[in-house]
Amino acid sequence: MKRLLLILILLLGLPLSGLAAPSADEIVARANRAAYYAGKDGRADISMTITAPNGQSRNRQFSMLRLTDQGEDQKFYVYFKAPADVRKMAFLVWKNVGKDDDRWLWLPALNLKKRIAPGDKRTSFVGSDFFYEDISGRGVDEDNHQLLEETDSAYILRSEPKDPDSVEFAWYQVWIDKQNYLPLKAVYYDRQGQAYRQVEALQVEMIDGHPTVVEAKASDLRAGTSTINRFSNVKYDTGLSKRIFTERFLRRPPREVK
Amino acid sequence: MKGAGSTIKALLTLCVILLLLPAPLFAFERFDPQELHGFIDLRGGSRLQNDRYQRDTSLLEARLQLEYNQQFDSATLLLRGDLLADEVTSGKSLDLQTGAGIFDLREANLIFSPTDLTDLKIGRQILTWGTGDLLFINDMFPKDWQAFFIGRDEEYLKAPSDALLLSLFPDWATIDIAFTPQFDSDRYPSGERLSYWNPQLGRIAGRDAVNTAEQPDRWLQDYELALRLAKNLAGYELAIYGYRGFWKSPAGFNPVSGRASFPRLNSYGASLRGALQGGIGHFEFGYYDSREDRTGSDPLLPNSELRYLLGYERELAKEFTASGQFYLEQLLDYASYRQNLSGGEKPRDEFRQLLTLRLTKLLLQQTLTLSLFSYWSPSDQDFYLRPTVKYKLTDALLLTAGGNLFGGDQRQTFFGQFTDNTNIYAGIRYSF
Repeated sequence: MKRLLLILILLLGLPLSGLAAPSADEIVARANRAAYYAGKDGRADISMTITAPNGQSRNRQFSMLRLTDQGEDQKFYVYFKAPADVRKMAFLVWKNVGKDDDRWLWLPALNLKKRIAPGDKRTSFVGSDFFYEDISGRGVDEDNHQLLEETDSAYILRSEPKDPDSVEFAWYQVWIDKQNYLPLKAVYYDRQGQAYRQVEALQVEMIDGHPTVVEAKASDLRAGTSTINRFSNVKYDTGLSKRIFTERFLRRPPREVK
Repeated sequence: MKGAGSTIKALLTLCVILLLLPAPLFAFERFDPQELHGFIDLRGGSRLQNDRYQRDTSLLEARLQLEYNQQFDSATLLLRGDLLADEVTSGKSLDLQTGAGIFDLREANLIFSPTDLTDLKIGRQILTWGTGDLLFINDMFPKDWQAFFIGRDEEYLKAPSDALLLSLFPDWATIDIAFTPQFDSDRYPSGERLSYWNPQLGRIAGRDAVNTAEQPDRWLQDYELALRLAKNLAGYELAIYGYRGFWKSPAGFNPVSGRASFPRLNSYGASLRGALQGGIGHFEFGYYDSREDRTGSDPLLPNSELRYLLGYERELAKEFTASGQFYLEQLLDYASYRQNLSGGEKPRDEFRQLLTLRLTKLLLQQTLTLSLFSYWSPSDQDFYLRPTVKYKLTDALLLTAGGNLFGGDQRQTFFGQFTDNTNIYAGIRYSF
């Protein structure tokens, strides 16, 4: 009789717990996993178009490899194909959660592996409106998250930095898809409460069982510039070797990026 | 045509190696125009003062660089060379060793992996290692100081080597062995386009006394061997180095021929680089064993030295980075050096100190780069400033302007001797 009661409670309890809204921290943790940790490894070709306020545009093409190493630490390999002046440059990042990343830039004409000072992750990635942090992810513990609203399709959260002096924003509001937990849009506000920066997913596709942003846009609302990233040849779990993320493959780019 | 002869030898060797390689390595694909890249670079510069031994024009040239990559089944061929119209040294005959003449071959090499954990790169290539920023202790590969001082792009500071680079990648380290069958010296300021201190004349000299040093050039006898063992320990890069060869610039003097010489040199060293206090710190050390004057008693040959380098780089503000280095050269057997010094010559300090500072600021969505690199020696009382401005007009068009400003209390010191070469330059580059 007791056992039957237990089963009954479990049967009733499970769906109930499933229906309750997750906490803000849980949502952010799941969004972080969906956006930056899909699969054990991943690769993509990226075409980046940076548009100036006067409409003039610049284009960058690169391939990116990503491997989740130990725990939440990851390794990134970015190989540039265009424009001509950055062609064959490679950028290697060992992302260390909770401390500074290790970053290297390969300069092919000098055959030089240049170490890059850790620096501010909220600076432009290769002159675009995307920040380094948009590419490799922001530590979920760096902000206090609060669930503002739940719509039919999205959770809307407000996140405030724990260390306001370390970042340029006062807070940001982020829309997270309730189904797949991908962040769909983030709007950043300054200390005067003005929105000045926006990052959004324009198109999402299911690839190898992972919902994947295949087109993303970042806009600098003050400067009037914007950048669109289009992802192609996206693949997950291709069995990338850890060895690719070393000096050997800076000197000699691996076939995975060619 | 000594240089050209040796290059022909090198190319012949390359051909023989290519023929000996197993044929399936070259499942030839057709020439792929997509793989042809390069740039056109026009630049000119002028001295800011009168130089008795040189023209006012320090730089006036047009350069077309072409690069081609061919990927075979298991090997990669890379060809990169510059067609150059150089007004300042026009009329020079082609010499691939020194890069003089209308063609400067930068790279012509083949890379393949004989085993899973080995890479082999054969042919003309650019080699670099060590941790210094525009200061080199264990990087004994050839530098082109002339190109550096007249305002060519910074990539031209590295001169090519005709070498074989074997790299081994066991789990515990990376091992590089670079073998250069025939000594590749620095492309040093010889008076041809930069005036310099000539110790024999005891004055500044230029085109009137071009320093034609005796180049060790016996194939397989005057070789260079450079080794590096490197390890990355959780982001901290450790390396040890070894070198057997020659002083890279003419540091000695042969009284019989009356010409400057490249005495034999071995060097040993180590370096460490890694995260430090929110920035990057690096340390490098080297022992220069001057094999032909181990006791320091020959005043015409350089003494052995210890060289130390300590550096730190950090982002100070958004897109603004600063780095500084302290470099120390310690002349060994100093007492012996002083004893044997000829009367009139001004003695070197036992400790030569050098400080460098680099400031870099990016603006306008990283299309504008302002930078300043400065060398200052408190012991020599001389300096060298390298301000540069780079602006990317479009993805393809880059405008550059800069200066090479030298000065010092005395004309014998390393930077002081170049005082009259102080110049500014500007250039435009179209990349494709």
